[in-house]
Amino acid sequence: MKSVNTYVGQPIERVEDLRLLRGRGQFVDDLHFDGMLHAAILRSSVPHGRLLRVDTTAATALAGVVTVVTAAEVGNPVPTIPLRLAPMAGLIPYEQPVIATGKVRYVGEPIAVVIAESAAIAEDALELITLEIEALPPCVDTRTAAANRSLLFEEMGTNLAATYTAVLGDAASAFVAATTDEFRVCRERFDTQRHTATTMETRGLIGVWDDKTQHLTVYGAAKVPFASRGILARQIGLPESSIDLIEGDVGGGFGMRGEFYPEDFLIPFAARHVNRPVKWIEDRREHLLACNHAREFDCDLELLCKRDGTILAIRGQINGNIGAYIRANATIAPRNVALCLSGPYRIPNIYIESTMLVTNKTPTGTYRGPGRFEGDFFRERLFDIAAKDLGIDPVVFRRHNLLTKDELPSKLPVLTPVPQQEELDCGDYLQTLDRCLAEFDWSGKVKLNGRLIDGRYHGIGIGCFIEGGAVGPRENARMVVEGDGSVSVYVGSAIVGQGLETVCAQIAADALEMPMEQIRIFHGSTTYVQEGFGSFASRSTVMGGSAIIATAEKLKETIRTAAALRLNCAAEDIVLQPGLAISPDGNAVRWPDLAPEHLQAAGTFSSTRRTYGYGAHAAHVSVDPGTGRVEVLDYVAVGDVGRIVNPMTLKGQIVGAIVQGLGSTFLEHLVYDQEGQLLTGSFADYLLPTASDYPNIRVYDQEEYPSSNNPLGAKGAGEGGIVPVGGVIANAIASALGVQPRSLPMSPSRVWELINC
Amino acid sequence: MNVAFAVNGGQVEVQVEPRTTLADCLRYDLRLTGTHVGCAHGVCGACTVMVDGVAVRSCLILAVQMQDATIVTIEGISNDNALTPLQAAFRKHFALQCGFCTPGILITAHALLTEEPNASEDRIRDVISGNICRCTGYIPIVEAIADARAAYQSQAGSAAP
Amino acid sequence: MKLPKFDYASPATLEEAVALLAAGNGAAKLLAGGQSLVPILAFRLAAPSMLVDIGRIAGLDKIEINDAGIHLGARVCWSDIEADAELAAAHPLLAAAMNHVAHYSIRKRGTVGGSLAHADPAAEMPGIAVACDGELILVGPSGSRLVPAASFFLGPLTTALAPDELITQVHLPPWPPTRRWGFQEFARRRGDFALAGVAAFYDLDSSGRATNTHIGVIGVSDRPKRLAAAEAILDGHVVDADAITATAEIAAKVVDPPNDIHGTSRYRRALLATLVERALASACIEH
Repeated sequence: MKSVNTYVGQPIERVEDLRLLRGRGQFVDDLHFDGMLHAAILRSSVPHGRLLRVDTTAATALAGVVTVVTAAEVGNPVPTIPLRLAPMAGLIPYEQPVIATGKVRYVGEPIAVVIAESAAIAEDALELITLEIEALPPCVDTRTAAANRSLLFEEMGTNLAATYTAVLGDAASAFVAATTDEFRVCRERFDTQRHTATTMETRGLIGVWDDKTQHLTVYGAAKVPFASRGILARQIGLPESSIDLIEGDVGGGFGMRGEFYPEDFLIPFAARHVNRPVKWIEDRREHLLACNHAREFDCDLELLCKRDGTILAIRGQINGNIGAYIRANATIAPRNVALCLSGPYRIPNIYIESTMLVTNKTPTGTYRGPGRFEGDFFRERLFDIAAKDLGIDPVVFRRHNLLTKDELPSKLPVLTPVPQQEELDCGDYLQTLDRCLAEFDWSGKVKLNGRLIDGRYHGIGIGCFIEGGAVGPRENARMVVEGDGSVSVYVGSAIVGQGLETVCAQIAADALEMPMEQIRIFHGSTTYVQEGFGSFASRSTVMGGSAIIATAEKLKETIRTAAALRLNCAAEDIVLQPGLAISPDGNAVRWPDLAPEHLQAAGTFSSTRRTYGYGAHAAHVSVDPGTGRVEVLDYVAVGDVGRIVNPMTLKGQIVGAIVQGLGSTFLEHLVYDQEGQLLTGSFADYLLPTASDYPNIRVYDQEEYPSSNNPLGAKGAGEGGIVPVGGVIANAIASALGVQPRSLPMSPSRVWELINC
Repeated sequence: MNVAFAVNGGQVEVQVEPRTTLADCLRYDLRLTGTHVGCAHGVCGACTVMVDGVAVRSCLILAVQMQDATIVTIEGISNDNALTPLQAAFRKHFALQCGFCTPGILITAHALLTEEPNASEDRIRDVISGNICRCTGYIPIVEAIADARAAYQSQAGSAAP
Repeated sequence: MKLPKFDYASPATLEEAVALLAAGNGAAKLLAGGQSLVPILAFRLAAPSMLVDIGRIAGLDKIEINDAGIHLGARVCWSDIEADAELAAAHPLLAAAMNHVAHYSIRKRGTVGGSLAHADPAAEMPGIAVACDGELILVGPSGSRLVPAASFFLGPLTTALAPDELITQVHLPPWPPTRRWGFQEFARRRGDFALAGVAAFYDLDSSGRATNTHIGVIGVSDRPKRLAAAEAILDGHVVDADAITATAEIAAKVVDPPNDIHGTSRYRRALLATLVERALASACIEH
């Protein structure tokens, strides 16, 4: 990178906005193909049962219906969806078949796909399909699942699919040794509720099969198109080179969209089956039932401290309500909740067991800050309860136990199986805590704790967090000099609406030392680079951006070498200007004129070392005891992201993440009844934050501690905003009311119950 | 059934089933895909368009109800040459990320500021609370709409009595 | 969530509309603003054979204020009410309640008649109609009839409307300017349906005591209701803090609110008590 950046660090307005503001985005439902048919999916309304018969006769006979696909058409065996992340042999039996066969295990499980001339007719046909299902007892909570009386997978003999263990030091001995008054043990149970990403654009796919070339193109890909292509290829029996996944505009991802779902097989399969393009657009009711759920964990934790507040150990069990199948990235949240439980704190002895229990509910996956939102709620609540028990101020307690900058790098516990050992890289956690306290005016507000003012109880709360990002192993980019002297940049990262095009363009422009207007970014699709790893775990700025830097260096070298030959001088003497190469004696040649074919370069950035952004949040709430309503009067977020590439898009990500976190804390809940039926089947009951709910948010971003793991110095920044919110708010409510919230969401009804029980 | 109406300044005639919503008619029959469907049950506001000068949820209107109506969609309040002041304000304040909810919010804001160019921030926030955004957290949206008031005020001021 | 198939008619007169409803034999449904009906169709919770659109029928969207009271045509929409300053002065309780209905782009389509016919137990318009002793004019094949709001709502989403009838108007009795009133509603977010709501008013007799007390509630029962037992507590008494508390306590006792995902019955009772107290406390202040 050049020493003085023109674009990186600037709040550059986004290039993607020019089309999005005009309604000229190309989301998957905006695409149309001649002869296109439409798919509707029949989903189980029974949470657990043996699927005995699927009769599609009447549905197929409906005018406008072309065919109905069931397990019979898909073939034997029905392919299953493999785990993309942290796979284990023991989890294979719990994988989801792409269509129900033998059993149904959750309300929403796909049983049949109707292909018709219109989406309306396809939906009409769903009502004509008759099913014979022998109902089995459902289990919906982890306790019932763990009792193993009703098994989802009889051949496995257990609903406990896996147990992870996070170990650091020797927690057992630490607890055994803690026999005197010198020590205090604080034991609590907490739980976080099932909810999910709920993007504004539902999922959608268009499969297009070219029978002549035997080539399959799938539109609507996102996040990890290359991985998804690999999975589809194996399932459908085609070589990867015969499949392309194309990414257009994407209406949000947040970790939910883009992983492999049953429809990612069913729709391309249907397109080949009928030899016509097939479009499927998920409707909102389906979306709440069928896309990955997240966040449902309960825990039993013990914290061991000395009387002076020094934390010695934490141990316990965290149970994950994983849903009916282990999907592509279902392992991540249960792993993270154990791995990252200690956050930025010094906890020398850790022993956490994290279980994955299958239940008759929608399968789960990742949602922004997976496992970390949950773990931070558990930890920060536990800390405040322990601090109160010890008579220590909650800020003092944290300050005492935060890792100092000199203690970094510091190892997180070792997680097994599929071993993972992470290390907090660098940073000053005390500094962001102090800055947060200052910006929030903690010392000015602390006297409000528990005070009743104008009929409202006031309270403040604090929490510190880390955000893991920049997951490897690598990312690729390719650059091509176009005929007009502009440069096309192809990168394996995917967009999910986060402004990646602009950030990549800033990085590329600075790396190539040319104006942003002469750079065009192409992202995500499998047609652009040989291999790509996508956007998840806050990796795309670091990994994609660094790949762009690496590629830019190679392109400049290529240009200099070609120019040196043409201008008869040494390569290192060539001066590059945008679109021009100039020799020492002043002769110049345009980049496009340097070679008959377009000059290009490809580059890779590899890294297996994660980055850890970090920070602290504080909140001031007031509670109306008569209604249970909590108002967030002030919410302050301080975060260090290592390197700020675009301060405007960064702040936007954080505000958006905080509001999602507030939604998680107060409103959002995927509620099931005891019979396994989802009760929150629409936006009338699944409540999302609106503009009037949380207007009082202040964000302060800094870049004091760049990461040494990549040339940008950046740390992943897309998820940190959501991670501490639950714990911070619950702590503020506790301070206001003198009660101890142990569950989310903090709905008015639950807050009232806390006060009145 | 046949329905004839005006869209973005031009006359159209479509043949649709009664059950076709205005949103679907715009998107599929007229290929005006700027209007998005986020929920199809009238909660999220992504489908908002203007019918006879009023902002409405097009997923809750049947196309067959639109005989002789005048409809304006996001395409109708945009132009190729430059962003409008409202759109420029959104870009400046980073009031959109994925862009899916954006057309519905722009139409709502345009309708509001046309009627109430002096709308307070509280009023803006109140009106926008009927549109759901998952990416931005709303704060920059309210800022952008407030910023755009000046353009609507001068428009209102310059209208000849 | 594509809508199911149905036929569509847009009659120009009330007579035609009634005839179409009658011919539908119970399977035809009225379409006004569509803000409640279309979502029901999107979820395929109903499968009408025909939608009868009353949008073209003249005379159904008038707001009249006279000595006989307030008369709202069935197609009057929320933003019409919001924009009518004379109406706000003539019936401030109605105006206050309408402020809580839905959102900007729904308020320009949703209608008074639609809300009354839909009969959501937590909706404001049915609540006001019952709280204020409103009357509905229903028109069917055999002519028109007047039904008091108190006997119009029979249960959740269930009314006394026959399948071949439509609401043409709702009347609210005249509102004396000296009346004391309060409206309190609690919803989880702005514009959501109420978890509980109270529309209360009373007049003051010559000795400054409450008389003609009306306490109407929504969201805490299967339909909007007046709480006679609570009204009786306040009637004849000076409206002071003790009287208000006693009234609120009785109100909470006599309702049997639902237990659902948004709140427990226990919570809704307590919430109602809070809202009754706050509504009556605000009524003490002259607006």
